Amino acid sequence: MDRSTFDIVVVGGGAAGLRAAIAAVETDPSIRVGVVSKVYPMRSHTVSAEGGTAAVLKDYDNFDLHAFDTIKGSDYLADQDAVEFFVRKCPEEIIRLEHWGCPWSRDPDGRIAQRAFGGMSVKRTVFAADKVGFHILHTLFQTTMKYDRIERLDEWFVTSIILEGSAVAGVVAMDLKRGELARIGAKAVILATGGCGRVYEFTTNGFIKTGDGMALAYRAGVALKDMEFVQFHPTALPGTGILITEAARGEGGYLINKDGERFLKRYVPEKMELGPRDILSRSIMSEIREGRSFKGPYGDYVGLDLRHLGEETIEKKLPMVRELAEKYVGIDPVHELIPVRPGQHYIMGGVATNMKGETSVPGLYAVGETACVSINGANRLGSNSLSECLVFGTSTGEAAAAYAQKNRWPTGGPAREALAVEEKRIFDGLLGKDGGPETVAGLRVEMQQLMERRVGIYRDEAGLQEAAVQVGKQRVRFADIRVGDKDRVFNTELTAVLELDFMLDVAATIAHAALARQESRGAHSRTDFPTRDDGRFLTHSLVSRTDGAPRIDYAPVAITRWQPAARVY
Amino acid sequence: MADKDVVFRVKRYRPERDVEPHYQDYRIPYTDDMVVLDGLNYIKDNVDPTLTYRWSCRMGICGSCGASINGTPRLTCETFIKEVRGRTVVVDPMPNFPILKDLVVDFDDFLRKLHEVRPFIDRKEEKPLAEGEYIQFPEEIEAYRQQSMCINCMLCYAACPVFGASEHFIGPAASALAYRYIRDSRDEGADARLDVLSTKTGIWECTFVGECSVVCPKDVDPAGAIQNLKVLASIRQMRQLLMPKWTRR
Repeated sequence: MDRSTFDIVVVGGGAAGLRAAIAAVETDPSIRVGVVSKVYPMRSHTVSAEGGTAAVLKDYDNFDLHAFDTIKGSDYLADQDAVEFFVRKCPEEIIRLEHWGCPWSRDPDGRIAQRAFGGMSVKRTVFAADKVGFHILHTLFQTTMKYDRIERLDEWFVTSIILEGSAVAGVVAMDLKRGELARIGAKAVILATGGCGRVYEFTTNGFIKTGDGMALAYRAGVALKDMEFVQFHPTALPGTGILITEAARGEGGYLINKDGERFLKRYVPEKMELGPRDILSRSIMSEIREGRSFKGPYGDYVGLDLRHLGEETIEKKLPMVRELAEKYVGIDPVHELIPVRPGQHYIMGGVATNMKGETSVPGLYAVGETACVSINGANRLGSNSLSECLVFGTSTGEAAAAYAQKNRWPTGGPAREALAVEEKRIFDGLLGKDGGPETVAGLRVEMQQLMERRVGIYRDEAGLQEAAVQVGKQRVRFADIRVGDKDRVFNTELTAVLELDFMLDVAATIAHAALARQESRGAHSRTDFPTRDDGRFLTHSLVSRTDGAPRIDYAPVAITRWQPAARVY
Repeated sequence: MADKDVVFRVKRYRPERDVEPHYQDYRIPYTDDMVVLDGLNYIKDNVDPTLTYRWSCRMGICGSCGASINGTPRLTCETFIKEVRGRTVVVDPMPNFPILKDLVVDFDDFLRKLHEVRPFIDRKEEKPLAEGEYIQFPEEIEAYRQQSMCINCMLCYAACPVFGASEHFIGPAASALAYRYIRDSRDEGADARLDVLSTKTGIWECTFVGECSVVCPKDVDPAGAIQNLKVLASIRQMRQLLMPKWTRR
């Protein structure tokens, strides 16, 4: 089936994808954009972001300070030209969202308010109570309804990227409601599918975050950059992994151990609870290792103490924290400690792009958590990721629109072939055959536990070797997967299999890149190489797909004004 | 840890093989900290991979996982199994919507209705970015904050008897979001929205049963919003009747 053609297809309907779609039609009102998402866009995981989005708005702040905080936070792996571009563009994105109706929290004078956040040296984080992602997503989604040229294909799952020659020509996607595959022709494709948190067992991420866009680009021949850098957020609820926002500490919350001690004084005495996430997560692990944590049914944890903030502040600035703690742990943070432990939250790495979202394939773009520009380097600062979605969503949408204006429509020949290939692979292969002994749920949890144990907060040679080998074996076993649901319509077992297929590719890139990086930098912490090694590794890793093990190359880091220095907080 | 078990009675409908929806029972182990969604995931992963439902965030904010649980529309991710009355957890798809498969219902219709009420800041002139933000005092945010919390989970439509009787009714969430923008000090689009809302499939259909506000997981109070919209629409209509055309804005 030939569903339609669009000048630009955006894969994914979260903050980055929707911002790119709007930027594209505002660049050229004659351009038609199709937003293709496996969920209704308002379900996208942007919705779960809580704490805020960074921008220099007040007199006490400046661009150089935001840039320096970001670069230092990145452990000097961020591209400084990209960071400088980013910090200068953040304020206008915040204002534009405000003009579109986003209910930013305000100061008493009616201006946009800002709060403190980890690794930011001044109050720089714009917020809407603690439902920032929710409000950004719904504001963007509802604003897209102003534009007739933005069309949506809701609950369509993209299975591959179509190439004509070396350039993009569209995507093959499955209409989940009908259970049919279709080709969607396009001059340009923007991948904005978010991160890949579900590669791990204990994650703050929603079920839909399976690295689809990363794997799609990887299979189309684009390298994935800096995949070894996985962020573990210090404060997730044990058991479920539900996120408790960093804003809880931004508003003055303490992290305490079982002795009631603010233990961060031993690790980040200058910043305490407002230290960067990589260091805080390791500090919590140290407390656990040294026996100073609480014991619970879901393992060891520390306490997040908000009691001294008082009910009014909690209710006004952190209502969702209270709601989540009451609902899912049965405690009221006004009177009790919230149990927390580190959990996978974000990946700094992603599809290698430049500041316009361009990849090495003409017409193929990536943006948001899916992409790696890189402004986050080895560790992202909290509240830079929503701003990243907005700033680079805009630049990518504009670049894709300019590309679509210049380039001709694809002929459609390779699209027909690509569709035939996908129908054979998915309907005849996965769905049609009886299959072997493997199940999607069984193999998925094995992969997640492997990544959790061997490619977690602390890593070493032996563990990473094992992870690389085992993920390879899981890839082989994937061929023996059995799909029990043989129906076409809304087959969520089949989509879970396709997602696992993507995740196995992504997991392999993380394990191999982590194995190759023999140093500790930012979130990548090697017990066998405990220090940063600028001589060998002040460099981006690039993982490319081959017939065998992934190939790893390196590319230089752009350094403009901030020479690498010791990272002390 | 699981020392108890419970029966999930789930409404099944697979359009490629079923003529009619029917119940299927699954007996599963559970612990007190499990929500209904955990039970569904247990079944999907361990018992029956064909069971079909939507979910993502599992923290009550994405709005995907609504279902009818023992007769009440709820989010499955925040309904604890231990709180469900009786020995059996009965899970049906949300009523009032066409069933696509098992618990998955079709609500494309809502997105068309949302589009109709123009859910965005509507102004004659846009302020240039260089002039900065619109000033909005905290109390001005309070005017629309409650309705801005809608997660589009559709529980209110599932609970609404008017929508159940007539699918053309614009319904609670779309009305609440229309009200959210009308009450926003930055917006000038009230007239266009009230035109849409004052038709015979609009707010006047609402008989103020109030079930929408009872089931709303985010306290959006769509029923209250609709009553306020009725007041706004009435004032506007009076003005149109009483005032000569040139005095209307």
